[in-house]
Order: sequence, then C-alpha cells, then structure tokens
Amino acid sequence: MRISTGYGPRPASGTGFETFSWYFMRWSALGLIFLVIIHLLLNHVTTDVSCTSYELIAARYTNPFWRLYDWLLLTLALLHGMNGLRVVIDDYVRSRSWRLVLQSSVGALTLIFFMLGTITLITFQPNPSILPGLPKCL
Amino acid sequence: MYKGQSGMWSWLLHRVAGLGILLFLLVHIVDISLLNFGPTVYDEGIALFGTAIVRLISLALIAAVLYHAFNGVRIILIDFWPKAVRFQAAMFAIVLVVTIVCFLPMAYFVIGPVFGWPTGNMPAGM
Repeated sequence: MRISTGYGPRPASGTGFETFSWYFMRWSALGLIFLVIIHLLLNHVTTDVSCTSYELIAARYTNPFWRLYDWLLLTLALLHGMNGLRVVIDDYVRSRSWRLVLQSSVGALTLIFFMLGTITLITFQPNPSILPGLPKCL
Repeated sequence: MYKGQSGMWSWLLHRVAGLGILLFLLVHIVDISLLNFGPTVYDEGIALFGTAIVRLISLALIAAVLYHAFNGVRIILIDFWPKAVRFQAAMFAIVLVVTIVCFLPMAYFVIGPVFGWPTGNMPAGM
C-alpha cells in the first residue's frame, strides 16, 4: 500500500490524492511565502502588534482587498498546515484504529477552523459607535 | 541513511517548525474570531500579544516561519531541479544565514517595546 508521499521525491505520474497533495504543498508554499511574510511585516514591524486593535481592523476591513487577502491566507495556511499534520500522523501512527481516529479529527478540525475563520471574515461589521474613531494602541 | 547530517536536521527542524506554526494558526483563528464579540473583548485578547511573554513566543513563531519558508524553497529547488541535491548542504547553510539575517531586524521591532527601544511603529496619538 502506498502511504505518505507528502515528502520524498517528485511523483513520476499519477492523478491520485497523494500526488495532488504533493503538488498542493509546493504550490501553496509559493503563495504562502509572500502572504505570510507580508502579514508578519504589517502586523509586527510597520505597526506594532499592540496597535492591531479593533479600530485598526475595522478601518482595514473597509477595503474588501484585506478581507480577501486574509481569507486566502487562512485557506492556504490551514490546508497546508493540516495536510502537513496528516502526513506526520501517517508517518508515526501505525495502529489502524488510531489512524482512523486521528485522521478523522484532522479532517473535522480543518472544517471547523475553516468555517470559524471564514465566518469571522465575512460577517465582521464594525460596531458603528467605534467609527470613525482613530486606531489606538493597547 | 543520513542520520546526524545536515539533511536530518533540516528535515526535523522543518517538521517541528511546521507543527509549531500550525498550533499558533489554530490559536490565531480563535483570537481573530473575537472580532465579532465587539471591541472590548477583542482588544482584551489582542492586548495579550503586547505582553513580554507573548512577544517572546512571537519571536519563536517568526523564526519558525522564516526557517520553514526558506527551507521550503530549498526543498522545492531539490524537487524540481534534480541537480540541486548536490548543493543541498550548501543550500541548508544559506537557509540558516538568510533566516538569521531576516530574523534579527524583525526581532528588534517585536521585542523592542519591552525594553523601550525606539521602533517608530506606534504612531503618536493612536
């Protein structure tokens, strides 16, 4: 049986899930490098993290570009990370029943966190009493 | 196989860093979800990130992200350009150097406020 190909050589061919997973890790990585490093610079360097207050997010999210940016970051990072966790479990957990329990949990957690993040990004509407207040540092 | 050589350490660091980043990502999705509980609740949560202890954790996160990103590029190069495997050890050294070079200035901004160093990223009046 063929298991865990998240690491290792490039698949010679194939259209199966593991081949897709192998390519997904690399293509999503290329996007994530830029998305994550820009995200870190914006929220830890050009603006201190203690200033990323509700007011700042409210102002930032008046532009749908940042909601889309953060949603792409959420989606790619969560799928890349959870797929990595799946590969790690595949590597170390030998028992059939434990594999079933853990891999199902990974799937369920992925879905729950994807929904939580997506719902937050879509439904967030700034409290009108806050605007047009200036962003403040905490 | 390659036990104890750079290949093993680059692989192990990549995996540990990845799992650490994933753990933080799950926490981060929850803390961002506090947005929909209003400004008081959200700001209380975010204020934690400004404490010295969480700033230290942020340093670990930034180091993990930079290493995982640059070593990921090294992996992709080896995967798609077979000859690159000859330079994998040299590329690992480059990954470590680039990680440290990028980490140090970012670390200054993250840890600076704890010691009162000028960072210029907390606009006056904000």
